[in-house]
Amino acid sequence: MKSSRIARGIALAVLVAVSAAFAAPLLWMVGTSLKPQEDISTARLTLLPKHADRTLQYARENYYSGRPRFLDDKGVERTGYEGVLTSENVHFVLYLRNTLIVALLSVTGMVFSSAVCAYGFSKIEWRGRNVFFGLMLATMMIPFPAVMIPTYFVFKHLGWIGTLRPLWVPACFGGAFNIFLLRQFFMQIPAELSEAARLDGLGHWGIFWRIILPLSRPALAVVALFHGMYVWNDFIGPLIYLNHQDLFTLALGLQFYQAQHGGTPWNLLMAACSLVTAPLVMLFVLSQRTFIEGIVTTGIKG
Amino acid sequence: MTSLRRILTGLLWIGPWLIGFALFTLVPLTAAGVLAFCQFDGLRRPIFTGLENARVLWSDPLFWKVLSNTATYAAVALPLGAILALALAVLLNARIPGRTLWRALIFLPTLTPLVASAMIWMWMFNGRYGLINQALGVLGVEGPNWLSDPRWTMPSMVLLSLWSVGHAVVIYLAGLQDVPRSLYEAAHVDGAGAMARLWHITLPMVSPAIFFNVVVGIIFVWQVFAVPQIMIPGGGPGRNAYFYTMYLYDVAFRYQRFGYACLLSGVQLGIILLLTVLAFRLSRRLVHYRGVGG
Repeated sequence: MKSSRIARGIALAVLVAVSAAFAAPLLWMVGTSLKPQEDISTARLTLLPKHADRTLQYARENYYSGRPRFLDDKGVERTGYEGVLTSENVHFVLYLRNTLIVALLSVTGMVFSSAVCAYGFSKIEWRGRNVFFGLMLATMMIPFPAVMIPTYFVFKHLGWIGTLRPLWVPACFGGAFNIFLLRQFFMQIPAELSEAARLDGLGHWGIFWRIILPLSRPALAVVALFHGMYVWNDFIGPLIYLNHQDLFTLALGLQFYQAQHGGTPWNLLMAACSLVTAPLVMLFVLSQRTFIEGIVTTGIKG
Repeated sequence: MTSLRRILTGLLWIGPWLIGFALFTLVPLTAAGVLAFCQFDGLRRPIFTGLENARVLWSDPLFWKVLSNTATYAAVALPLGAILALALAVLLNARIPGRTLWRALIFLPTLTPLVASAMIWMWMFNGRYGLINQALGVLGVEGPNWLSDPRWTMPSMVLLSLWSVGHAVVIYLAGLQDVPRSLYEAAHVDGAGAMARLWHITLPMVSPAIFFNVVVGIIFVWQVFAVPQIMIPGGGPGRNAYFYTMYLYDVAFRYQRFGYACLLSGVQLGIILLLTVLAFRLSRRLVHYRGVGG
């Protein structure tokens, strides 16, 4: 038993070290977002700014108010910079609004349509069902780049390039993976329930809406969560379809902080990155179980 | 009659997917198949050029470059990621204080939006002020210019890929927790050591999960785009981190050679299908499914 205690000690030490390494970039991100510009180019391995007592002031400047003018280390006056949330050059709030619009429409469409299709693949017996189901599973292997170019021209013909529509309309036709996921869940709902509902005079729509959907909330939550994260993350879609700053999503808009004329304002960029990452971390903390269970079911039973 | 009605009802319910499949998969895929044999600049009508694109592809050094870059990345990042994830899952499966915290910390990076992680790591890899080189400096090592040294761009990308291994860790961990305790106890009675138990019980029992992750990894590694595109557009010096989809994007949307880009995307699709089929063939020998067969 003694050797197992030593083994456990080693395992703990390794885990602590690895966890620290995994968390370090995120801590570094938050730390940098709390520092003033003049601290960025002085190599110091600290989480807090040199004048730690002014951390809150710096945070306010980086995230919100910006800074009119400031003196650098050598006492030279420098031009100031705009805070992330109030900047007139990089419209963070506008990008956030666009992202939320796309996310809301896309997630609603995705969850509803996928559930409808999953019902057709699980709760109705019909000839040819398995053929279509197999076909759908096969489409999961097709990478987006394979259809990217013709799809772009379809949207161009529709006059949708430069609008948010290409980013959410396709989701309203459901997604193969999500349909698969929901179908697996629906299959586990006892057939007796649908039978009893049918005897009570409910048709397919009634069974779907009044019986299946309410019972499937956890699975629907997983689909909504993962698809929402997909939208939040999507880079290539907005990059191809959007051509005007006013409609940029966050994923695209963040790039404006990158060095256009040399020095990237890392403190501002990291503040913006923290703002983009925070909602997902909060979502995770609030719904850790949904997350973990979702990943596990999608990962193993897939 | 009733059976026909049933089929129609079924088709009606899967209608959204069916229409979406036709509009966003079948039609574009067919169109791409035709365009791959055309010259098309996006403005004028496509001109049929037969096998001209294929001839160009064969002698296009950049095509071979991105092909080998992506293959190298896949061959290094996928196995390393699988091993790291499995090792962490085994550690997290032991009765260790603070397990939930360590699991959460390892999982956290997978929540970071791709664009944000690209930016964070640009800052991490910064030659002068980045965390990595500062930490190396403390140890007395002078770190390289990660993203502007042709020797280090690819290793940087691999390192970055390991950061988001938490997803796989969670999956493997669930697989490990499903392994019946009695198996380990029996092995213990038979005198099997820790390594033997890992090799003969743990690995076979989680092999379906590993297999699933590897297949998904193969499909996605060929689509790696956002992170390198933001960090080192064009693949950096010597184009050593220029990946397949980045080239495809550039050919299409920067150089407006849409016909050639369609051929590139067709080749990509072929590679993915081939590798997936190969993985499934191989899995029959290597993957152990409980309750199936013996």
